[in-house]
Amino acid sequence: MMPIMDACSSSAVVVDRLVKRYKSTTAVDGISFRLASGSITGLLGGNGAGKTTTIAMIMGLVTPTSGSVTVLGVDMPRARYQVLHRMNFESPYVDLPMRLTVRQNLTIFAQLYAVADVAARIAELADEFGLVELLDRPTGRLSAGQKTRVALAKSLINRPELLLLDEPTASLDPDAADWVRARLERYREECGATILLASHNMNEVERLCERVIILKNGRIDDDDSPERLLARYGRETLEEVYLDVARGRQKEIAR
Amino acid sequence: MADAAFRGYERAMIEIMSACVQMRFSFRRVGAMVRRYWYLLSSSWPRVLDLVYWPTVQMLMWGFLQLYVSQNAGFFARASGVFIGSVLLWDILFRGQLGFSISFLEEMYARNLCNIMMSPLRPTEFIAALTIMSLVRLSIGMIPVSLLAIAFFGFNLWSLGFALAAFFANLILTSWSVGIFVAGLLLRNGLGAESMAWTIMFLFLPLTCVYYPVAVLPGWLQHVAWLLPPTYVFEGMRALLIDHVFRGDLMIEALAFNLLLFALAAIAFAMLLRSAREHGTLLQTGE
Repeated sequence: MMPIMDACSSSAVVVDRLVKRYKSTTAVDGISFRLASGSITGLLGGNGAGKTTTIAMIMGLVTPTSGSVTVLGVDMPRARYQVLHRMNFESPYVDLPMRLTVRQNLTIFAQLYAVADVAARIAELADEFGLVELLDRPTGRLSAGQKTRVALAKSLINRPELLLLDEPTASLDPDAADWVRARLERYREECGATILLASHNMNEVERLCERVIILKNGRIDDDDSPERLLARYGRETLEEVYLDVARGRQKEIAR
Repeated sequence: MADAAFRGYERAMIEIMSACVQMRFSFRRVGAMVRRYWYLLSSSWPRVLDLVYWPTVQMLMWGFLQLYVSQNAGFFARASGVFIGSVLLWDILFRGQLGFSISFLEEMYARNLCNIMMSPLRPTEFIAALTIMSLVRLSIGMIPVSLLAIAFFGFNLWSLGFALAAFFANLILTSWSVGIFVAGLLLRNGLGAESMAWTIMFLFLPLTCVYYPVAVLPGWLQHVAWLLPPTYVFEGMRALLIDHVFRGDLMIEALAFNLLLFALAAIAFAMLLRSAREHGTLLQTGE
């Protein structure tokens, strides 16, 4: 067992007894977890399981009803401005301004995140994400795959230590999705960033994540590595494990 | 009820103080947001046309009306330029707020608000960028229209000199206060509150006595009118154009009410932003 202080100092995110209630609905119901620095963790769960609310509380966009969130040693949302420049976020449900060109969008976010050499960073990301030809095109005229690449480039513009991704490959074809996953793996290897990934794509979670947190009705139903979950549930794929959890069969299996 | 409102106010004040403590105001971030809106404006000719079109129509309509009545009534012959002056100053108030609110709405239309709200951009920097854009949009709309007023009716708004500066400063301050309040409503209620952005200023139209003196209002309503800073500006404008007297006292009173209004708008914005974070509405920027 890791001593408490060590565990805190090596955790990029500490979520402690986190609760979020909206009037009579409890979106998140007392969850606790820590994300080790440099880890990739998948947040799984059906619609309404509390994934997006949890991520929003980690980002400081939603105030918890009770409990606490600490990001890179900083209390959220109270002291969010001390840490927002060290994290970033990507979701297919949040767009970049469509009329602006890719270069204009990346320039604006580079300046918001106080990136030192904006032009060099944009050139680097354009090269890495295959955006060189697209830089001066309006973002709204790109295909879904190209837009995702731009959104990912935006999310890495400040070389974040914590990257929050909400279904990063939703609506992408398998080839584009695989390409995105490879880039995320590479980013983690190169920068040692911590990545929290909410997804419905089990293959993605199985490939990328060393840990999976399964949420159901705002609570953590299971939390383990993909290998141990497969072994424990006696299943071949994470999708089967997920279905066991979603349909309440895990207790049967545990017996 | 009153207790809950006080607790809300108290928390908003803590939020403002906490923001001040954490505040390291960055002109670079303000510049980034101004650049973002400038890119949008300069890439879209309908957006630019819209800034000039309606103020021009208004100015022409009121200008010709003034021309007609001045030929038929002794008072209006003496009060040359009052209607055009009123409509131009009203447009500073109305367009100033719209310029602020539309820039904010662009983030919601673009589904970009979430990206902005989780970036290091502070609310104070966001508001600063919106005020700059309000000035930019107002300049694009009003400078050509004020020149057209000279060409069509011989009314030179610029000849008001220092008085114009005092009128402008007071009107733009009011427009920003209303813009800040509307931005708070939009954060809290999403695009469901969009119509407020377009219509809230029309409440000021009858109450601030844009086209007629305050004395026209019933006694009890005059008390309400004198609580609104633009009332002092429009009375001041009439004093200048009809009696040729600059009423500095009215401008100072307008400034005092403006500072109060701005403080109230900032508190309301902080309360609405805090409420938006509590209710999770920053994630849902749709209806």
